[in-house]
Amino acid sequence: MSAQPAVDAGATPFLEARDLSVEFVTRSGDVARALDGVHVSVQRGEILAVVGESGSGKTTLARTLIGLQRPSAGEVLLEGAPLSYSQKGLRGLRSRVQMVLQDAAGSLNPRQTVYESVAEGIRLHRRVARDPENRSEAELVAAALAEAGLRPPERLFLRYPHELSGGQKQRVLIAGALALRPELILADEPVSSLDASIRGEILALLLKLRSDLGMGVVVVTHDLGLAWNIADRIAVMYLGRVVECGTTEEVLSRPRHPYTQALLSVVPEIDFLEPVVLHGEIPDPSRIPAGCRFHPRCPQLASGAAATAGVADDCVGTPLPVLPAGGDHRVACHLDAVRTT
Amino acid sequence: MNGVDAVSAVLDLRDVTVTYRTAEGPLPAVRGVDLTVRPGEVVGLAGESGCGKSTLVGTVLRLQPASATVEGEVLVLGQDVQSISWGKLRALRWAGASIVFQGALHSLNPVQRIGAQIAEPIRLHEPELSRQAVDVRVEELLEQVGLAASRKRSYPHQLSGGQRQRVMIAMALACRPQLVVADEPTTALDVMVQAQILDLLKDLVRDLGVGLLIISHDLSVLADICDRVVVMYAGRIVESGRANEVFTDPLHPYTKALSGAFPRIGDPAARYAPAGLAGDPPDPRDLPPGCSFAPRCPLAVPECTVAEPPLVEVGPGRPVACIRVGES
Repeated sequence: MSAQPAVDAGATPFLEARDLSVEFVTRSGDVARALDGVHVSVQRGEILAVVGESGSGKTTLARTLIGLQRPSAGEVLLEGAPLSYSQKGLRGLRSRVQMVLQDAAGSLNPRQTVYESVAEGIRLHRRVARDPENRSEAELVAAALAEAGLRPPERLFLRYPHELSGGQKQRVLIAGALALRPELILADEPVSSLDASIRGEILALLLKLRSDLGMGVVVVTHDLGLAWNIADRIAVMYLGRVVECGTTEEVLSRPRHPYTQALLSVVPEIDFLEPVVLHGEIPDPSRIPAGCRFHPRCPQLASGAAATAGVADDCVGTPLPVLPAGGDHRVACHLDAVRTT
Repeated sequence: MNGVDAVSAVLDLRDVTVTYRTAEGPLPAVRGVDLTVRPGEVVGLAGESGCGKSTLVGTVLRLQPASATVEGEVLVLGQDVQSISWGKLRALRWAGASIVFQGALHSLNPVQRIGAQIAEPIRLHEPELSRQAVDVRVEELLEQVGLAASRKRSYPHQLSGGQRQRVMIAMALACRPQLVVADEPTTALDVMVQAQILDLLKDLVRDLGVGLLIISHDLSVLADICDRVVVMYAGRIVESGRANEVFTDPLHPYTKALSGAFPRIGDPAARYAPAGLAGDPPDPRDLPPGCSFAPRCPLAVPECTVAEPPLVEVGPGRPVACIRVGES
C-alpha cells in the first residue's frame, strides 16, 4: 500500500484554520463556543485526522473549513489567502476542496439516479467546458465512478440510491466529490455507518486517491483505528479546542494528554493502556469549564497525580494556550508541561 | 453445544430457518441456525448488514413480519415462542425476554417523558402495583443504568445518545427478564460512551444473572464483552467459539476479514494498510453455488463451489464451516 509521501512541512499549508472560533447563540441567549481558538493546517497530499467525541467541535471545524459556516473570529486560508465568502469565492474554494458528508444514505437524493447525483457538481462547476481532454459529461461521470471503485460505471448510471448497498452509496458520494478534481477532500465519518468488511475498502480508496492524484484528505472521525490506518497527522479535539496534535505515531503510540490516553484506552483491542472509562460526556459548550477545559473529567486530576505534581490549581484555574498548527507533537495540559520540562 | 438442557438455557434456537415471501420469490434470510444462551452468559452474534442477524432477533419474541415463515424451534425459557398462545407470548415479552433495539433515538416516543415510557411495560405486566410502587421502580431502574432518578421527567430530545441508550436498557430491564437481546447497542455511539454502555451491560449481567445476546458487526466490541461469539454470513453460522479465540485466532476466512477490519493501533503492519474485503454479500434469493462466501474468499478453490460446507468441530466448542480450515 502507499507509504507516506514526502510532505513539505515548511511550505505554505494548502488549507489552514487560524485561531478559528465559531459561536452560536442558543435559544436561551447563552453563547455556545463550538470552536474556541483552533489552529489546524493540512499540506498538499497530506491526510489529517481530526478526532474527538460528539460535541468536540470536529464537524463544526469541517463545515467552517469549507465555508458552510462563517467563523466568529479567526480565518480560513487557502494557500495562504483568506477565504472569500462571496458566492464566487466559495465556488472557487469548492472546486478545489470537496466535502463528503456523513451518512451516505441520507446525503443522496433518493429520487436522483447515480448519474444525476455525480453530474450535478460537474454542471455546477462547468467541468465539461474546462476539461483538458475534451471529455463529455457522461465520460467524466464514468471516470469519477470508476475512480471511486464502481466498475463498470455505466451499469450504475440509472440506478437509484435504494438499489445500492451502503458501501456503494458511500462510493457514489466520493465519486461526486472526485468528479470536480479537488485537491483536498473533507470527509466526515466516512465509514462509521458501513459494515466492517466495507470499511477497509473505502479507506484504501482514500489512500489510493492520495497516491494516484496527490489528493489531500481531512478526515473527521471518532474512530482512532481509522486514523491509525490512513492518517499522517492527528489533531485531537475536546470542547472546541485542539488538545493534542502530532504525527499519528506520536499521538497514538505515545499519547500525552490524559484525554487522548483515555480515548485510546477504551478501544477494545488496546492492551498497552489500562482502560480508563471517563464519566459523563463532553460538557455543554455554553459552559466551558475554567482552567483546563478537560479538568472536570480528568483522571489525572481526580487521582491526585496533578496535585502531587503541584499543578492542580492551574488545572482548575489557569487557561491553557492554544496549540499551534502543524509541526511537533504538542499537548495542552498543565501536568504534561511540568513532566516534560 | 451438544446436550444443552433446554430448561437451563434462557434461549435455545434449534435449526431455525426464516424465509420471507417477496414479489421476486422466496428469500431465505436465516438458514438453519443453532444458538444457545445460558443464564449469566453473554453471547455475541457478529455479521454484516443482510446476514440475517436482525431477522433472527425478531424471531426471539415472534416479532417477525407476516411475510416471514419460521421453521425450527425458538425456545425462550423453555417455551416455543413460535407456537405458544398470544396470552403466553405477551407474558413472555418484557417479563421473560426483552430486546434493546437498534437506534435508541428512533425507538423512544419523542412526546412522552421517559419515566412514563419505562413505566409502561411495568404497568402492563404488574397491574396490581400502585402508582407509587411503579414510580419507585422507575427511579431504581434509572439509577441502575447510571442516570439520575430525576431524569424520569425528561423528554428523549433532552438526552444525549448515550443517555437514550441507557433509557432503552432500563426499559428492557423493567420487568426483570431473564434474557436480554441487544441489537447493535453501541453502533451509533462515540468510543467513550460505547465503553460506558459496555461496562454497564457487563455489570448488569454480573449483578442480575440475565442471559445477554448482543448483535454487532464490530467483532472487537464482542470480543471485549462476550463469553462466546457466533459469526453469521448469508444466513448461516460460519464459525463460533470462545469470544477471545474467535477474535484473536479466527479460523473462517470471513471471520478473519471481520477481525482484521479494525486495526490494532500500534501495529506497524496496519499503517497505510486498511484491511478490507472486496465485494458485497450475496443476494439471499440468488446464493452462489456451494459456499456462499466463496466469491469473496481469498482462499477459494474450485471445490468450494460444489457444496455448502457443514459446520465441523475443529476444536473443543469451535465449529467452523470451511473446507479449507484444517488443511495444512
